[in-house]
Amino acid sequence: MSRDQSPEQQAIRAVEAAWRIEWPQLIAGLTRLVGDIDTAEDLAQDAHLAALRQWPRDGVPSNPGGWLMVTAKRRAIDRIRRDARLARILPLLGHDLLAERRAPSPGEEPGISIADDRLRMVFTTCHPTLSQLAQVALTLRMVGGLTTEEIARAYLVPRSVVAQRIVRAKRIIREHRVPYEVPDRSELAPRLAAVLEVIYLIFNEGYAATSGQDWMRAELCDDGLRLARILTGLLPAEPEVHGLTALLELQASRVHARSDTARRLVLLPDQDRSRWDHLLIRRGYAGLGRAHALALQRRAPAGRYALQAAIAAVHTMAATAEDTDWRRIAGLYALLAERFPSPIVELNRAVAITMVHGPTAGLEIVDSVAASGRLDGYHLLHAVRGDLLGRLRRPAEARAEFLRAAGLTANTAEQALLHSRAANYVE
Amino acid sequence: MRYLMLIRFDPAVAPTAGPDPSLAEGMGRLIEEMTKAGVLLDTAGLRPIEEATRIRLAGGTTTILDGPFIESKEVIGGYCLVQTRSREEAVEWGSRFLRLHGPEWTMEVEIRQLDQS
Repeated sequence: MSRDQSPEQQAIRAVEAAWRIEWPQLIAGLTRLVGDIDTAEDLAQDAHLAALRQWPRDGVPSNPGGWLMVTAKRRAIDRIRRDARLARILPLLGHDLLAERRAPSPGEEPGISIADDRLRMVFTTCHPTLSQLAQVALTLRMVGGLTTEEIARAYLVPRSVVAQRIVRAKRIIREHRVPYEVPDRSELAPRLAAVLEVIYLIFNEGYAATSGQDWMRAELCDDGLRLARILTGLLPAEPEVHGLTALLELQASRVHARSDTARRLVLLPDQDRSRWDHLLIRRGYAGLGRAHALALQRRAPAGRYALQAAIAAVHTMAATAEDTDWRRIAGLYALLAERFPSPIVELNRAVAITMVHGPTAGLEIVDSVAASGRLDGYHLLHAVRGDLLGRLRRPAEARAEFLRAAGLTANTAEQALLHSRAANYVE
Repeated sequence: MRYLMLIRFDPAVAPTAGPDPSLAEGMGRLIEEMTKAGVLLDTAGLRPIEEATRIRLAGGTTTILDGPFIESKEVIGGYCLVQTRSREEAVEWGSRFLRLHGPEWTMEVEIRQLDQS
C-alpha cells in the first residue's frame, strides 16, 4: 500500500477497513430483520455512506458494528415512511423498529446473538436448493465478505459471471422462500455437511487450482481457512467443524513448500520440510485434538474431515519423507474407505498401500478404481497409475499414463510437472 | 497476509495495578471477537521487563545481560499475530485494542507484516 497518504485518505481507509470487518455481521443481522438479502444490502449501503460522512470527521466509533446497525435501522424507518410498498414488504422490520423506539437497545436484541445471525446466513448460502457453484459464490460474498470482483479474480472468471451467479442465487432463495434459520437438530448433520463441503471446495480450489497458470492460489486458501475458523467460532461443539479446520490448517502449513522459486509444483516427498508453517501445524494438531475429544463425548466415530486431518498430521510428524509412517496412513485410509467410500479415497489408499506393500499391491487397487469408470477423465488417476507403472519398470506404459494425465488437467503448472515426469521414461 | 502487532507502553506512566477488571473484560471480548472473525492466530502478554534477559552479539562475542534495563523507556508488553486480507484491517483491529484503554494509558501498537516469501 502507499504509505504517503493525506489524513483524509487515511481516515477513509480506516472507515473502509472497519466496514469490511463489520459487513458480514451487519448483513446477517439486517437479513433477519427484513427477510431479504438484497434489501439488507441496500440498508447496509446506506449505513456505509453515513459512516463515510461521519467517521473520518469523528473517528471510528467504539462499537462500529452497533453504530452501523442502528444507522441502517434508522435508514429503514426513513425508507418505510417514504415508500409504502417497502412498508408492506417489511412488516417485521416496521414492527421491530417501532418497538425499539419505545425501548431503544441499539444492536442488542435480547436472545439473538450475532453468532446466531451469521449461522443463519451460512446455512442459507449453503442451502440445498442452490447449486454448488452458487453456494460457493454466495458463501464467499455473504459470509466471507469478499466483493464480487475479488471472487471473480480468485476463480479467474469475468466479474459479470460471478455477479450473475449471486443475483440468481438470491432470487432462488427468495422464490423458494428459503427460511432464514439454523436447521433443527434432526437435519443439522446433512445441512452442516453441505456447509463444510463448500468451505472445503473453496480451500481446495486455492490449494490445487483446477485451471490457470499457478499451481496454487494462496489467497483462496486463506479465504477457505478463514471461513473454517469462523465456522469453528460459530459452532464450537461440532466435532467435524474442528476436523475440517484442522485439515485445512495442516494442508495450509505446506503451501509455501509446495512451489519452488520458479513457481513449479513441489510434491510432498520433495518438499523442504523446514519451510512448513509450524504455527499452522500446531493449530491443526489442536483442532484435531478438539475434534476427537468432542466426538468421544458424543460416542461418535471420527468424521471424514477428522480422519483426513489425522492423515495430514501423520505426514507433518515425519522429519523426512522416508520417516513417514505409511502403515498408519494406510490404516487411516482403510478406515476412511470403509466409512466414507469414494474412488478418490481408494486412489489415495493405493498410494499408501504401495509404500507399505509395494507397487503391485497398489496397482491392483488403482486398476479396480479405473475399471469402475468412476474416475474417468480424472488426471490424478493416470498420474498415480503412471507412477506405479514406473516403479514396476514398465516405462512405455508409465510415459503414456503421465501424458494422458497432462492432457486431462487445465492447470499449466500441473501440466508441466506431468510432462517432465513423462520425459523420465523415454523408450 | 500475516501481521505481528507489538504492543508497546511505558511502564513509568502506566497504571501500576495494570489493566482494571473492565479493561481485562474488554480485552477478553475483543480476543473472542477476533478469534470468531477468523483473524487471531496467536496472542499473549509478556512478563515484566525486569525479568527479561538480553543476549548481545558484538565483535563476534555474545554477552548475556539480565534486567532491569534502565535505558528502555517503552517496552513490549505483549504481542498479537493476526491474519487479515489487508494491512488496513490489521490496523483497525490494532486500533480497537487501543480504544479499549482509558485516557490513563499511553501506548503504541506497531504493526509489522511477516515476510513469508
